Amino acid sequence: MTVRLSLPDLLAKAKVIRRHIVMSTTAAASGHPTSSMSATDIVTALYFGGVMRYDAKNPTAPGRDKFILSKGHAAPLLYAILAEAGYFSTDMLPTLRKIGSPLEGHPNYRRLPGVEASTGSLGQGLSIGVGAALAAKLDNFDARTYVLTGDGEVAEGQIWEAVMSAAKYRLDNLVCIVDQNGFQQTGATTDVLDLRPLVPKFEAFGWFAQEINGHDVNEILIAFDKAKHIKGKPSAIVCRTVKGYPIHQMLASDPNHHGKPLTKDEAVQAYAIIG
Amino acid sequence: MKLGKATREAFGLALAQLGETNPDIVVVDGDVGNSTRTELFGKKFPTRFFNVGIAESNLVSVAAGLASSGKRAWLASFAAFVMCNAYDQLRMSVAFPCLDVKVVGTHAGISIGEDGPSQMGIEDVGLACSLPNFTVIVPADEPSTFRAIEALNKMHTPAYLRAGRPNVPIVYEGDFEFQIGKANQLRAGSDLTIIAYGLMIGPALQAAEELAKTGVQARVLDMHTIKPLDHAAVLAAAKETGRIVVAEEHLLHGGLGSAVAMSVVRQHPVPMRFVGINDTFAESGKPDELLAKYGLTAADIVKAAKAF
Repeated sequence: MTVRLSLPDLLAKAKVIRRHIVMSTTAAASGHPTSSMSATDIVTALYFGGVMRYDAKNPTAPGRDKFILSKGHAAPLLYAILAEAGYFSTDMLPTLRKIGSPLEGHPNYRRLPGVEASTGSLGQGLSIGVGAALAAKLDNFDARTYVLTGDGEVAEGQIWEAVMSAAKYRLDNLVCIVDQNGFQQTGATTDVLDLRPLVPKFEAFGWFAQEINGHDVNEILIAFDKAKHIKGKPSAIVCRTVKGYPIHQMLASDPNHHGKPLTKDEAVQAYAIIG
Repeated sequence: MKLGKATREAFGLALAQLGETNPDIVVVDGDVGNSTRTELFGKKFPTRFFNVGIAESNLVSVAAGLASSGKRAWLASFAAFVMCNAYDQLRMSVAFPCLDVKVVGTHAGISIGEDGPSQMGIEDVGLACSLPNFTVIVPADEPSTFRAIEALNKMHTPAYLRAGRPNVPIVYEGDFEFQIGKANQLRAGSDLTIIAYGLMIGPALQAAEELAKTGVQARVLDMHTIKPLDHAAVLAAAKETGRIVVAEEHLLHGGLGSAVAMSVVRQHPVPMRFVGINDTFAESGKPDELLAKYGLTAADIVKAAKAF
């Protein structure tokens, strides 16, 4: 089944997700809220814009579409999405990173329904996605796998090993989404290791690649739809995003704000900006 | 002892055989299928065989993705490459989520000979034992490799199986027990126990013969499963024979010797000696020359047994 909200409802859902991200990381007093917020519109569109087929009541149903969060530090985003999608109660979100909670600092496949891979060591999610896409083809399932990576993460060599093998097996049921928010742990990707432009790199390896505004839900939905209609090759969607969107201006003195939660006062301010 | 097939060959044959009755088995190769012998499966079941190229990290995580999608994944590469190049992937993509991925490392040990140290996995068993959820097995010969592969196929958790390049003597003939986690006693004895696995089983049995000539009766245990270790067999050896020699084609650090020593110390401390590779890389040469130079012969085991 799919959930297809109207555009206004989708925008409202993205706000709810962002509030969950701020709330859970501030309650945990640790985590990566800004890395989660840059990808919020993309993943909200996937789960609530009629793109992915899933059944929260039957999370391991054969033939389901899969979402793999390769940038595992954006776990607060994944948890907020899964809770809103009905995999578990939103009451669990404030338990993020607390002992005994399955909402660990990075996603744990064995502990939480809806988590398709244990991630947190960057670079592995796309390969896992290749395996899932190969399995779906073997089983003749019309199932699609969506993998979200960071733009710093694509410096991992394994990403390109996965890219090459996906092209070899013509995995048109695999989509790699790059959350190009321009920052990584120690600074701007342009300073650390600038791999832009990414679209020609994916194309050079035989992928169909698009670059879009990762905060424009319409553009996101159109890109996913285009990817669905590409036959014989995997799809990459490079999403230009802003780290911490839409509270980035509040954090202007530290535009990266990597791996840092908001204080309780900042959180109040953030809720007002998110709306 | 009669010379049998290499354990890598036996693995390839056993896997191809399993493929017939297990339609969910898929095999992932890092472009060494003719060496690891997974090509035997690949030729029979081309749609279930994926050669992802020379890319071990991707090899391991792709197998994990297949396993988390309901497939029963096997992958093979040289022990040195899959264990050392893709250790993080084994840890995060396979061990942590506890997926049904069977990892086979071939060309293990210094007995590969002329290709030299870059190709010799001498730390693979220790690395595999450091992966929670992994079972670790090193079969000694062709018949026990078949049994090990069958036994692993009945498990749905991750495992590492080490296989060797050279042909090895047949230790197990006719009917025999093979149970994961249970050592096989190959020779009875009450004066000391030699515990070994893989290629060192042959020298261990020869050493026991030599020792018998001097009136020393050595028990020989094939500890084919390194993890979970057969603590009962270790305890019996310590209690009943009072002295233990561990012999392995592996670095002394982190191998079977370490595991047995911990078990002995916890249960029933007795003197122990260790035959293995002593904190060094080997070199190119003929397998027999290398085994002699790096102290992995029957004579080395006899020497250790006499050093108590």
